[in-house]
Amino acid sequence: MCLGVPAKILETGDGAAVVELGGVRREISVMLVDDVSVGEWVIVHAGFAIEKLSEEEAEQTLALFREIAGADESRNR
Amino acid sequence: MKYIDDFRDPATAKALIERIRRDAGDAPVRLMEVCGTHTVAIARGGIRPLLSGAVTMLSGPGCPVCVTPDGYIDAAIALGRDRGALLASFGDMLRVPGKSSSLEKEKGTGLEVRVVYSPLDAVTLAAATPDREVVFLGVGFETTAPAIGGAIKTAAVRGVRNFSVLSSVRTIPEAMGVLASDPDVRIEGFLCPAHVSVVIGTDAYRPVAETYGIPCVVAGFEPLDILLGISMLLRQKKEGVARVENEYSRVATSSGNRKAQELIRDVFVPCDTGWRGIGVIPGSGLRIADRYAPFDAEKKLGIPVVFAQEKTACRCGDVLKGKILPVDCPLFGKACVPEEPYGPCMVSSEGSCAAYYKYGAL
Repeated sequence: MCLGVPAKILETGDGAAVVELGGVRREISVMLVDDVSVGEWVIVHAGFAIEKLSEEEAEQTLALFREIAGADESRNR
Repeated sequence: MKYIDDFRDPATAKALIERIRRDAGDAPVRLMEVCGTHTVAIARGGIRPLLSGAVTMLSGPGCPVCVTPDGYIDAAIALGRDRGALLASFGDMLRVPGKSSSLEKEKGTGLEVRVVYSPLDAVTLAAATPDREVVFLGVGFETTAPAIGGAIKTAAVRGVRNFSVLSSVRTIPEAMGVLASDPDVRIEGFLCPAHVSVVIGTDAYRPVAETYGIPCVVAGFEPLDILLGISMLLRQKKEGVARVENEYSRVATSSGNRKAQELIRDVFVPCDTGWRGIGVIPGSGLRIADRYAPFDAEKKLGIPVVFAQEKTACRCGDVLKGKILPVDCPLFGKACVPEEPYGPCMVSSEGSCAAYYKYGAL
């Protein structure tokens, strides 16, 4: 029930957008987020986009993961 | 898919597990994942056994189905039976036991219950059936609250007068405060729910961290998110600090979603509410504000939700408080199985007992 899932915006409309969820195209409400554009990622919960996903922040977390994995590799060397 | 697969890399997971094991002390550190989605992700990812001996993960009260009191189910059934309402509900509410029945059992004898994906679908259903009152069973936490509020506002704007909500919406930080102050639970760190935090902001946990000295980390739901979140909690413990940190910065911010918060403040008013298995927690509920009374099913149809602390052999309350693990309940896997659940933690796919059962705790 509380499952929010990341989804990419495929179309935008008046207070609504179309995303693909689990292989199904679905209209969601974007009344809780500002100015979504096609190609952006949002977290969808119960038919509402609750926030946009920051690609920049995601990349930073992924960079941290690479650093941790790298540090571990050098430790085991 | 990008931003999902990237957070499942096995080599990074292995490195994080080794880091967690290095940072853990002699006795297993007692951490609580508050959210039911974390519980399922931890079980599905096989994380618990990988951390065995270093970290004990307790499952918290963040599964909405698990904490919805039986009086709520009874009220929902009465709305359908006695007031002729057409009930619209998230699917996992159907098998939750009330005092003597469930929506699923009643559906088998003629109660009309429609499963919907979004509260907005219930508004659409009401617009399509103007001769029937459509009652949406509004349960959940701060993640669902704006969606329910959005549905109420949409119904108001569209003039859909035969739509109302039976609200049993709850707020998480208050429940965490109760658990943090319980000496029997002894939580050493909270893995805070990702999507509740997206709405309320990570700063909402500062009182928990500062008042009780318990580290809090907001983490996403992918395996690497969870492992990094656990590692961040252990680093705080090692440093002897208790603050709020945010692993899920790709979505959650310190101040949260202001639009969602404004919507919640517009449609709801904080109230005391009863949590199944835990009891009444002051200020932990959201009732529908008086200005939206025409959309409040309790007021509109005159059937209140009555909370009474149930007396049963089911230990779901102790599971939700982290006092016991699901396997320690005498009913687990015997009188209580997913096909025939005795308690709510076995009903929902997000319930800790169901997760333990499904992913091989037996």
